[in-house]
Order: sequence, then C-alpha cells, then structure tokens
Amino acid sequence: MRAKPRGLALRLALSILASACAIFLAVFAYTYRESERTVLRNVEEGARNLTLATVYRMETVMAGAEKLPAYVARRLETTELSQADLQAQIVDALETNQQVFGSTIAFEPYAANPEQRYYAPYCCRGQDGQPLAFNYLGSETYNYFHMDWYLLPKVMGRPSWSEPYFDENGGKVVMTTYSHPFYKVADGARAFAGVVTADLSLQWLRELVSSISFNRSGHAFLVSQAGVFITHPNEQLVMRESIFSVAEATGDKDLRAVGRSMIAGGSGFTRISNPVLGPASGPGLPKDAWLYYAPLQSTGWSLGVLVPEAELFADLQSLSRKALIMGGAGLALMLFVLAAISKAIVRPLEALAHSAATIAQGNLDTALPPVRRKDEIGELRNSFESMRQALKEHIATLVETTAAKERLDSELKIARTIQMSFLPKHFPPFPERDEFSIFAFLEPAKEVGGDLYDFFLRDENHLFFVIGDVSDKGVPAALFMAVTKTLIKGVAEGGTEPSDILDKVNLELCRDNESMMFVTVICGSLNLTSGELRLANAGHCSPLLLRQGAVENLPLPPGLVLGVMEDARYTTQRMELQPGDMLVLYTDGVTEAMDGDNTLYSDERLERSLLTYGPNGSEQLVRAVLADVRAHTAGEPQSDDITLLALEYRGKRT
Amino acid sequence: MLAGPAPCQELRKATFLPQWSPQAQFAGYYVAHAKGFYARRGIDLEILRGGPDRPAAQALAQEEVEFVTLFLSTGIDLRSNGLEILNIGQIVQRSALALVAKRSSGIRAVKDLDGKAVSIWPDFALQPRAFFRKYNLHVRVAPQGGSISLFLRGGVDAASVMLYNEYHTILNSGLDPAELRVFDFSHYGINFPEDGIYCLEQTLKESPELCRDFVLASIEGWAYALEHTEEALDIVMKHVRAANLPTNRVHQKWMLEHMRDIIMPPGKNIPMGTLLPDEYRFVAKQLMENGIISSMPEYGDFHADLAHAR
Repeated sequence: MRAKPRGLALRLALSILASACAIFLAVFAYTYRESERTVLRNVEEGARNLTLATVYRMETVMAGAEKLPAYVARRLETTELSQADLQAQIVDALETNQQVFGSTIAFEPYAANPEQRYYAPYCCRGQDGQPLAFNYLGSETYNYFHMDWYLLPKVMGRPSWSEPYFDENGGKVVMTTYSHPFYKVADGARAFAGVVTADLSLQWLRELVSSISFNRSGHAFLVSQAGVFITHPNEQLVMRESIFSVAEATGDKDLRAVGRSMIAGGSGFTRISNPVLGPASGPGLPKDAWLYYAPLQSTGWSLGVLVPEAELFADLQSLSRKALIMGGAGLALMLFVLAAISKAIVRPLEALAHSAATIAQGNLDTALPPVRRKDEIGELRNSFESMRQALKEHIATLVETTAAKERLDSELKIARTIQMSFLPKHFPPFPERDEFSIFAFLEPAKEVGGDLYDFFLRDENHLFFVIGDVSDKGVPAALFMAVTKTLIKGVAEGGTEPSDILDKVNLELCRDNESMMFVTVICGSLNLTSGELRLANAGHCSPLLLRQGAVENLPLPPGLVLGVMEDARYTTQRMELQPGDMLVLYTDGVTEAMDGDNTLYSDERLERSLLTYGPNGSEQLVRAVLADVRAHTAGEPQSDDITLLALEYRGKRT
Repeated sequence: MLAGPAPCQELRKATFLPQWSPQAQFAGYYVAHAKGFYARRGIDLEILRGGPDRPAAQALAQEEVEFVTLFLSTGIDLRSNGLEILNIGQIVQRSALALVAKRSSGIRAVKDLDGKAVSIWPDFALQPRAFFRKYNLHVRVAPQGGSISLFLRGGVDAASVMLYNEYHTILNSGLDPAELRVFDFSHYGINFPEDGIYCLEQTLKESPELCRDFVLASIEGWAYALEHTEEALDIVMKHVRAANLPTNRVHQKWMLEHMRDIIMPPGKNIPMGTLLPDEYRFVAKQLMENGIISSMPEYGDFHADLAHAR
C-alpha cells in the first residue's frame, strides 16, 4: 500500500491560500505600522502641546518669583537700606507674589554689620493663613555661607535656582530657592556682598503636574537639574530617587540616556520600558510607555509626560484584532471556496485516474466517467476514451493474430511431426543385417524444412538411399520435399537405375511447378553383397568417402537440379565400396553453418571431423559431427536445414 | 548562638551617636543593633540619629553619649586640644576622600589641575592641601557645602567627594565615569584612615568591659553587614526612611560596597579595630605641619585596641 499522495486539490488550495495569507499579512502589517506612526505622531503632538503649555505656566510663575530678588538686589546696590527697610522689602515681596513662600537678604560675613558674622533677615509665610513669621538665619549649625542658595550665585557670579530641597526649618515643604547676588563697590572694586532670595514652595508645582492627565492614564513628572524627581505620581520617588538611580536600580541604560538628555535641556519623544517609571509600577504590569519631555529654561528642570503604550495603541489594537478576525474569516471562507473549486476540478480527474488505473490492470471495457465539460479535463477524458478504444481494438487484433499464429504454430508442429514421420527414424534400422550400418539425422532450421533423406531395402541385396535439399525453406519447401520424397520412393520401388529415377521424378516435378521451386538430390543403390554402388546426382554437393583413414570427394557426373527443366537428363555413376568404407552424404546446411562472425563451418572442418570420428561407426560419426557443428555455431540461430547421412559398408560375412 | 548574659548581670545602658545622618557608612552598627549583637553582650544600646545639626564630637565632650564615631584626624585634633578621648577601635583603614574633575575641563592628569577652580570642604581640607603641595599645584579654592551642585553646574572644575557617597551622587546626576577623572588621595600617598570608635578616657576607666563589648559587637556587626549586603541594606533603609532623607537604596548599596574597600583594603589585611602606628603618625604629622595641632599625642595614649587586647 503506498501512502496516499498529497492531492492536487490540497496543494492548489494551500498555495493559493498561502499567497493570499502573505498578501493580507503584508498589507495588514504595513497598515498597522502606518497607523501606529500616525497614532504616535498625534500623541507626540498632544504631549508636546500639553508639556509646553504646562512648562509655560511654570515658567510664568518662576519668572514672577525671579522679579523680586532681582529688583531688591538692584536697590541694595544703589541705595543704603536700614534693617527696617530691608524687612519691609521682604514683606512687600511676599505680599505681592503669593507663590513666594519665603525670602531673605543674606549678607557676606560682617558686611551688613561689623559685629555680626551671620546676617540674613528671613521672612516666610505662616501655615494655614497664619501671619508672616520673621527670623534671622545663620548660626554655627546653620552656616548659610556653604548653602547652595548662597554659594552658587556667589561663586558663579549670576543668579541661580537651587536644587529642590526639603525644608526642615521652614514650612516642612519641598522648596527651591532663587538667589540673586548683589555687589558693593569698596576701595574701587566691585565685591560680592550677599544674595537676595525667593523661596518657592513646590506644592503648587506638584498639584499642577499631578493634575496633568493625558490620554486616560498618562501622567507627568518633573525632574530637577540633577535628575531628581521633584514630582511623580509615586510619592516614594520624590526627592529620594533620581531618574539615574532608577536607571541604575533597574539596569536600564536607555533610561539613563534619556535622563542625560533631559537634564541637558533637551526635548524629545521616546519610548521607555521601565517597571518603576512606567504607567503602573509593579511586576506583571505593562511597563512600556512613551515619554515626551521638555526643559524649563529658567531652572534647568525637565518635565516629562508619560503615556502607557498599551493604552496608546488600545484602539488600534482592537481595530487590528477585528481586522485580523475578519481577514481570518475571509481566508477560511476562501479556503472553503478553494476546496470546493479544487474538488470540482479534481473530482473528474480522480475518477479518470481511477478508471485509468482499472484500465491499466487490463480491464479495457471499463467505461470512463462521463464528462460534460469542454475544458482540458474534457479533452483529457476524450483522449483517454480514444486511447481506450484504440487499445481495445489493438488488443482484439492482437488476440486474433495471436490465435492465428498459435493455430499456425500448432499446425506447423503437426506438420513437423508428419514430416519427421516421413523419415526413417528407427536406428539401427536393420538390426538383423550386419553387412552395413546406416544413420541419418535431419535438423530443420524452422518448424518444417526442405531437406530430405530416405533409405530402404529394395530387396534382400540392395539398399536404396537418397538425400535432398529443396531450394526454399519453410512450409512450401516442406511440401515440395514431401512430394519429392514420395515420388522418389514410388519410382525407386521399381528397381530402376538411380539416373532413371531422377529423370522420372524431374519430369513429375516440372509439371505444374508454378512456384518455380527446385530440389537437389543424390540417390544411390548399394549392392550389399558385392559392394557395388550406383549414384546419380541432381545438383547436390558431392558425397564424401572415408576410406582407410582418408577422405575423398566422390566426383559425380553433373546433373541439373530437379523441377526446372523437363528434358534434363541424369547419369548413373558406378563404383565399388570396400568393407570398412564410409559414405557420407550431407546438405550445404552443414558446411555453411555460420558462427557469430559469419565464419562457415567449411568443407575442411567437415573432413577433419570425418577423420576424427569416422572409426566410431555411422551413428557416432553423425552425432559427433552435429555436435561439432553446434559447437561452431555456438548458439547462433540456424539459417538452413542440416542433414547428414552416413553409410558404413562392412561387406558380406562368409 | 552565643549564651545570653548571665542572669545576675543587668543590661548596661549605653548610647551611640554616628558622626553623620543614617546611611550605609554606619551599616555595621545598625546591623549589630538590629541583629541583637549588642544585647547578646549585655548592652542595652540606643543609637541616636546623627547629622549636621548634631556634631558627634560636641555630644561626646558634653557627655551626652558614651560612644561616637569620628574621623581619625578629628579625633587627633580633639585629643591634642585637650579633650580626653580615646580611639578604642579603628574601623576604616583607608581614606575615601578624592577629587573628581570633569574631563571636559581639560583635566586628564594631576598637573592639569593647576590653575583650576576646586571646591573643598572646609572641614576636610588637609588632604587636598597636602596633595596640592606635593604636586606643586596652584588652584582656586572655593568652599564646598553639603551638595555638589556647584560642580554639576560648572561653578568649579573639580570637587571633593567621598568615593562611597558624593562620587556616586555625581554619577546619579547624569555624569558618566568616562567623563570624569578621579584623584583618590590614598593612591597618592596621602592616606587618612577615617571612621573610628571613640569614647571618653573616663568611660574606659569606669566600664572597660562595656567598651570592649561595644567594639566587639560593632566589629561583628560590620562583618555580618559586609557578608549579607541585602539584609544590611534593608536595615539601613529603615533608618534612612525614619529620618526622611533624600536618598535611595541604590545609593546606599553603592556606599556599602565601597565601605568594604576602605574597611578591609585589598592586600592590606589589617585586623578590624586596629590603628596602625605609622598611619596614626602620618595623619598627626600632617595636622602638626598645618598648625591644626601643636603637639602630637602619644600613640599609646590615643589608641586602645580593645578588639585585640589581652
């Protein structure tokens, strides 16, 4: 049983389906990517607008806070102010700008008062609407000269915003301080004299930033110039972690790069994947998000808006899911249709194949399935049908021919049997006679042949023998041979001379010989007592005489072949046989037997064989020569009838 | 488990003040406290919260606490100036003080610091000054406060850092190690061993076992903390959170990892608690030369190696 081959229908359906699938997926992927890009562009646009708007709002507040110290510093450089004036300045500032939480004017050591190392009058808002609180900063445990808000403007010679810090002393809030340096001219040199500050509570900032909502669950965060979180939905990060510490803790090199860009004042839109910063902190939650960030120029901070990626593409993904389902359904339907079409195409083919298989097993009467179609399959079926008919006819003819041939063959076999039965076949033929021994053998090339031999005792004392070769082969030759042999036998019974026999037989054969066949014959009569031999020849090859270890050609008077000319005449030749002589008659089938190289058996080889096997008696000689001829031809098909007749004369015993 | 204190023995109360706010710099003491190493030796210890507003030297001088940690240079300075304190266990053997410079300021080698602006903590000026003298560098010194903002914003070209602390803060402010050049003073032959355990001489006289047990438990705490860093960090972070400090676990982890290098410097094999006489003399000599102290206390009068005392 062979495995069932993959059907044509299946292959066809699968290849078409695969192509359709590939096309669908390519289109789908392209569309998805383009839509993703569009979504991202829109989100970036939205996030940018939101971020920049927020940044602008912050910058407005910052700029407002920057005005006061700048103004006071300028006044300090141009006018001498008393302590009361200074305090009034600060209080005024706090009243005009509600965002400012506190303010101080901090002087260099002994700059305001030669007695005082620290001099920094500070005023800040009381909590929950309490009146303004007033005190002096600076002590051994609060050395403001080393504080950022003092040191940075002093060393850098320009106003600066401090890093946000948690104010333990003041309002227990996260603050940032804007400090503006002021200078005094002393001894003709402009020397740093102190700073004027404005503390900004970051509470409003946190409220502002946490109020940002974007795209359902997008959120914002703010980092300082050193990357520290000033605001973040996760309170645990604020002021404790920086974007870089988060990157280090999570081994997130990309986040570090983003952080570096943020604190360098860059802006951009980028994808981040971090479990801490992401939309939902915690394991097992989606952590991929898109971040838009932009700097606050005044402070060097950076505001970032984060949108969870899953949410960004949620609509797109649900759309894609539907598209995929529809595509899948379409493909399934297509598979179904394809299968149906393929089936329709292939079913007649299958039926045809099935019928062909039955026909191949020899059942030519199997009707092919009817096909009403006009397409290639219809044509195929019609060709098949023609082939079947042709085969059927051919085989019928073949059967007939074969039957005829078989009949012919069997007739030929019968003919052969009949023909062979003409010939004397019982050897030794005359076991009671010891004056001579005779042995002959005829091997037709086809079923029946045109050679003949015969011998019989005409009376007690005379042995008649004949050998002949009809000009043709096969059935006509066989019939001609039968006629010839019968005629010879009939005429020879009368005890006439061999030449007379030939005369008469020739006459008979020439009559009505329309087939223009002829026959060569040698016939003879041996006197068994005296050894006298009479021979007559009608165009046959000369007999051979083996006498005392030598072979000689018996020269016979020439005679025309029988059945050609009515007035042909024949002569009898007389000679004496001595006891021990062996007379050998043969047809040219012996000497002209060919091997594969078309080499003839030849007269010489026949003579050698006679010399070799002669002493063994007539039968042994004939058999040995035949064996030698067969050895020579070595399986080559016999082209002519082979006949050998050996007559050994022993003489009369006394 | 070791056997607990003998039943007749009362738990001895003691207080300890680290010289700075809670951080991994003191992990060993917090761990010894949390794991009950002090209690097991019969000490009912209270660890006070240190910080810039609570100078340890002052608390010790005013007998508010029994034990403090101090830098070796601070300890020598106090002793030389008449405060009768003793170093009873030197924990940190190597200085962690270094200068960090921005390569973008053109600083690749020591000589490149010449003429540059460098911020220095006024309290830790000795090593940088010795370094500048040694390499004949003329730098513009700016005072350095509690932050490294001045350095980050380019106010100075180089700043002082503790390698276990501010250096990492700089890295976590977005600067990459490749952008920085670090000059570790201990690599330039100016090594000041730092944290050691101090008590008043009188305390040792009155309760020698308490002092010895405190030092032994602290060393045990350190050994445990360096062996079990994550557990130690959990303990440190509890103290950090209680103090509401603006720091984070990653930073504390860095700090603890670097404490190992300076407590057990690779290839030195100094037993924890021992102050090497040569190291002591080197620091004292620097203090003398800079006029900080006028006389050098005898090594034997200053240090008692309680962890290894017979």
